[in-house]
Amino acid sequence: MKDPALVVAGMATLSAGTYAFRLSGPLLRQRITVPPRITKLLESAAVVLLAALVATTALTEGHGFAGYARPAGVLAGGVLAWCKAPFLVVVIAAAATTAVLRVLGVP
Amino acid sequence: MGSIYRTLPSGVLRDIALACLAVWFTGLSYGAIAVASGLPLWVPAAQSVLVLAGASEFLFIGIVAAGGNPFAAALAGLLVNARHLPYGLALPDVTGRGWRRLLGSHVMNDESVVFALAQDDQDRKSAAYWACGLGVLLCWPAGAVLGGLAGGAITDTSAFGLDAMFPAVILALIMPALRDRATRRTAAAGAAIALAAAPFLPAGLPVLLALGAVALAQVRR
Repeated sequence: MKDPALVVAGMATLSAGTYAFRLSGPLLRQRITVPPRITKLLESAAVVLLAALVATTALTEGHGFAGYARPAGVLAGGVLAWCKAPFLVVVIAAAATTAVLRVLGVP
Repeated sequence: MGSIYRTLPSGVLRDIALACLAVWFTGLSYGAIAVASGLPLWVPAAQSVLVLAGASEFLFIGIVAAGGNPFAAALAGLLVNARHLPYGLALPDVTGRGWRRLLGSHVMNDESVVFALAQDDQDRKSAAYWACGLGVLLCWPAGAVLGGLAGGAITDTSAFGLDAMFPAVILALIMPALRDRATRRTAAAGAAIALAAAPFLPAGLPVLLALGAVALAQVRR
């Protein structure tokens, strides 16, 4: 680490900016009356963001492909969740599938 | 907040505990990686409390440890965290007012948001949000510090498939919303946009571009 003061300034920027993102949503919602149709739209927007987060964290690492083991595990968890398996089963099955595939030599 | 236990069914609390455990494990690898890449322990420790957003912290320490400019690292992290703004817009008032909102906004993360969205009524949304948010506020720094102290012993959590846990947690929790056909289509389109953009754009931006699918769905209607 070259310059601690500069790193602290970077950390402060990231912390403050992230908090500003977090606080502005609830503050804006308080100021404006949101019609029910828009409420539904915003909620679906959150689901779309989360789905995109699932896709990118499952399939990519940096700018490349994450390998087969991780998405296979997430897919196994997804199928179980679709079949209404308990949350615990879904999450453990995802991790276990990925771990077993890696033991078997799948990247 | 004392009513969390009375408001939430024990099953939801157990699920939140498991999600927090997954966060703790990820925190272990975060602290270990930060220290192993040459940063002092106070960097991941302070970040884990003050930033409290895993992906952006990994990115920040990655850039700084590689000798990059800390402000460039902060901007990259902020891009990753910009999704918290639409999260806050999407949630009904789960934080409460006054000082509760100040703390409640800080504990907004992927897990607390998704647990809140998965509940049916307003009281349960709020209780699930706080339970998960505070759980992550404890587990993430605890994991990061322990991982940093343990150092090189635990840098590779991928051997246990732990990297598959985060996407599986989120996927399991948005599944009820995905049973609605229109939502499922929009979510799939959004995921496709993010994946197509991921090789070319900096981290965080692909996920935000997925919101384009929401706009497209509106136009088509």
